[in-house]
Amino acid sequence: MTALIMEAAEAVAAVKDGDTVLVGGFGMAGMPVELIDALIAHGAGDLTIVSNNAGNSDTGLAALLAAGRVRKVVCSFPRQADSWVFDGLYRAGKIELEVVPQGNLAERMRAAGAGIGAFYSPTGVGTPLAEGKESRVIDGREYVLEFPIRGDVALIRAHVADRMGNLVYRKTARNFGPVMATAAAVTIAQVSSIVDVGELDPEVIVTPAIYVNRLVSV
Amino acid sequence: MAEIVARDIPDGAYVNLGIGQPTMVADYLRPDSGVVLHTENGMLGMGRPATGDEIDPDLTNAGKQPVTELPGASYFHHADSFAMMRGGHLDVCIMGAFQVSATGDLANWSTGAPDAIPAVGGAMDLAIGAKQVFVMMSLFAKDGSPKLVPECTYPLTGRACVSRVYTDVATFAVGADGVRIVETFGISVDELTTRLCMPLVSSPFT
Repeated sequence: MTALIMEAAEAVAAVKDGDTVLVGGFGMAGMPVELIDALIAHGAGDLTIVSNNAGNSDTGLAALLAAGRVRKVVCSFPRQADSWVFDGLYRAGKIELEVVPQGNLAERMRAAGAGIGAFYSPTGVGTPLAEGKESRVIDGREYVLEFPIRGDVALIRAHVADRMGNLVYRKTARNFGPVMATAAAVTIAQVSSIVDVGELDPEVIVTPAIYVNRLVSV
Repeated sequence: MAEIVARDIPDGAYVNLGIGQPTMVADYLRPDSGVVLHTENGMLGMGRPATGDEIDPDLTNAGKQPVTELPGASYFHHADSFAMMRGGHLDVCIMGAFQVSATGDLANWSTGAPDAIPAVGGAMDLAIGAKQVFVMMSLFAKDGSPKLVPECTYPLTGRACVSRVYTDVATFAVGADGVRIVETFGISVDELTTRLCMPLVSSPFT
């Protein structure tokens, strides 16, 4: 089915209490700010958020955290100069944290999207983040077993979509978008513009429409 | 220190510069060296920091600072970017460290303090992914204790991954054979051996 074009509020109504929500972006590059704002207004809570960071300043993900909607954050780098909202919740014991090395975070979502049951990664071997995990020596090198991260919903930002939901990105704002789009049951993409089918060169499409369920033009 | 590191990067290498001090290495790379910079948020061919009208919020480095793109640059998503490291395609990565062990163990993500919020980013992937890991750090902590140690006491980032340690007083090669002094800057081998409390091999050849 081709993607449905709708307003942000209608699109994020797909998020239910207790859902795991994958949120794209690396810093502000690729951050789907309007979709996050709509999610805050929507009111779903008890969420697990999977994103590279845990919110900056008082906007976007930080505002979602401040509104008390997030039970757990899965990310690679929560501690930043302006991550005071997360810091406060974490130190008060009001939020769970799972720290995942950035490459394992991306690959675990890739695995979910690609139907891989688990994979052996060399990242983290011999470190506290591998403690308690299965490991195996393959061709003389030690690897740690890592499991997929699947989302109920993915919120991502791309640059241009066509009406089917094919996506192209812009520069380093691509970051987690293409991987998260594959890893969630419902993928919602906010884009700067939506063009007619056939206007995007098939050779440059990064995320094929099969992975995109809802489109929001902002 | 950044100048010395830059000198040791082979022409044409694909290189990742960590956040902070390692970014200064870029200032000392010869324009004709053919070195291509990788940034783990999804780009090869990263140029210098962006200024003025060049600043584009969609074009940043791993430290989330605005940067520029060079001719021949390419963009890719995170899983591809880390596959590039993990798959052994990057020649060199340069990082800071809290501690490096004589056998090349790296500790640079956590001091293990009980109230610290853990955050690792891409450090563990880079540590085990690049063909060579260079560390830049001061050799001694503020309290005078060495940061090049027989065994790391801080939580590890990666095991046996560092090959070179560049410090303010000396450059070392580390690995399975132990620590070898490559170059010193105003300090004697005897004094280094005494202050580091471990055997060192001096080599003028590499």
